[in-house]
Amino acid sequence: MSLFRRLHEDGPGDAMTVTITVDGVALQARAGESVAAAVLASSDPTSRAAPVGGAPRAPYCMMGVCFDCLMEIDGETNRQSCMVIVREGMMVKRMARPKAVTP
Amino acid sequence: MASCDLAVIGAGPAGMAAATLAAEHGLDVVVYDENPAPGGQIYRAIETVSLARNSDLAFLGESYRAGAALARAFRASPARFMPGTTVWLVQKDRAIGILRDGKAAMVQANRIIIATGALERPVPVPGWTLPGVMTVGAAQGLLKSAAMAPSSPVVLAGKGPLLFQLAAQYVAAGVAIAAILETGARPIAALPHVWPAWRSGTIGKGLALLRAIRQGGVNIIRNVVALEAEGRGRLEAVAYRTVRGTGRIATPLLLLHEGVIANAQLTKAIPLAHEWNERQQCWQPMLDADGNSDVEGIAVAGDAGGIGGAEAAAHSGRLVALAALKALGKIGRIAHEALAETERTAWQRHLAARPFLDALYPPPDASAQLADGTLVCRCEEVTAGQIREAVSLGCAGPNQAKSFTRAGMGPCQGRMCGLTVAALIARETGQSMSEVGHYRIRPPIKPLTVGELAALE
Repeated sequence: MSLFRRLHEDGPGDAMTVTITVDGVALQARAGESVAAAVLASSDPTSRAAPVGGAPRAPYCMMGVCFDCLMEIDGETNRQSCMVIVREGMMVKRMARPKAVTP
Repeated sequence: MASCDLAVIGAGPAGMAAATLAAEHGLDVVVYDENPAPGGQIYRAIETVSLARNSDLAFLGESYRAGAALARAFRASPARFMPGTTVWLVQKDRAIGILRDGKAAMVQANRIIIATGALERPVPVPGWTLPGVMTVGAAQGLLKSAAMAPSSPVVLAGKGPLLFQLAAQYVAAGVAIAAILETGARPIAALPHVWPAWRSGTIGKGLALLRAIRQGGVNIIRNVVALEAEGRGRLEAVAYRTVRGTGRIATPLLLLHEGVIANAQLTKAIPLAHEWNERQQCWQPMLDADGNSDVEGIAVAGDAGGIGGAEAAAHSGRLVALAALKALGKIGRIAHEALAETERTAWQRHLAARPFLDALYPPPDASAQLADGTLVCRCEEVTAGQIREAVSLGCAGPNQAKSFTRAGMGPCQGRMCGLTVAALIARETGQSMSEVGHYRIRPPIKPLTVGELAALE
């Protein structure tokens, strides 16, 4: 189940009009929502794996401070998904733990 | 390089009020904000809610509604609003580095008003990095901007006006609350400060919130002294200890809050001179009565200069704008004095409530109970134990702790761990927070790609 739900039923002006893709899966969202909000209302609220230990992380502060909502958006890594508004066709990926560098 | 008379950084209550007044008096004003619309955090999405989701005002409440008039006046003013714009650099010569539409640029301002507001005090508890643990402010932002609320009964933990406001909003919206875990006791130390807080209307508002929460039948567990978020990969339960015993509540969502602190990231990066606020346990810029910093032409308004709340912030914004108008010769000394007097009186009436709130909801000691295994730096995953170990190896301050442990070197640039790391060092070494100091914050204060930087002329 999702962590957050939309209080309003779908109606005129409230329709889920925007479709984004998160890790290859289509996700419906409403215009004006941030990518992080759409992810928190989906069945998987995680945004990335922690870079050192690899544990899953989800958006935490929703105001551009904590950087736990970092995601890859339209090919650009490390975007703060709480500061990016959904756009039709947006390609979003959860960020994996960076690969270890071997000397 | 583009230029302007006055650059205002942040479009919350302080920034909107400052920009509106300054632009109406003939200054060329530019306002930068990272968000897509004015309002800041406190009035987040106020325009959308007023226009398209008017019925949500019923549960968002009166104090939120107050932001609509500020935003309307701001939009009607000649101030140039640049939403979606990140300020990543402010130099002492008032050159500003901005990032907009993936391109960096420099702007030269004659004067600058910094109105970057507040952020929530980080609350390190075991398990606070689990998905399902967020801040009260984060959840309130979702309620305001997207009309989103918890899917299952939620636990709120901590204390302070924002926590009780969100609880009252959830009750009014019919959203289930599993429990409020109120940390600490409401101390008697607040009593001497009751009268000014009453006069400012703060106590009346607070009591109304608490009444609404009680009438909603919310389970409030008080005197909570320890919290732990439990779960594997996701939050599953919140364990707590009160002075009487222990308990555990199964929930997928825990919202933490221990008050707010001045967002000093930009003011520290310039750097302006700062002082440690013992009562609010945070750093804030040293300002004169008009909000001027120690750097010529750079002033700070609203919560970024010390926590006063949204109403105080609007008056503070106008006060600082009046000082700018006087300095740039747009109003005379006598006109300034008359206008400033009104704003200063109103500002101080709202500020007078703070000693009561600060004493009623004292910030927790960030170092006392932290278990060695608890993460303090979320970005680089550094624990309290690693900081203590670094101190025992001779690490003398926060900046050394960075090189010892990597704490504060991640993308948040110490926003989430700075105060905790300093408090741990202060406790281990027996120094005060002023003596220990803070991370040296350096620009760019928001990450910038080389490609974005390449757009600079």
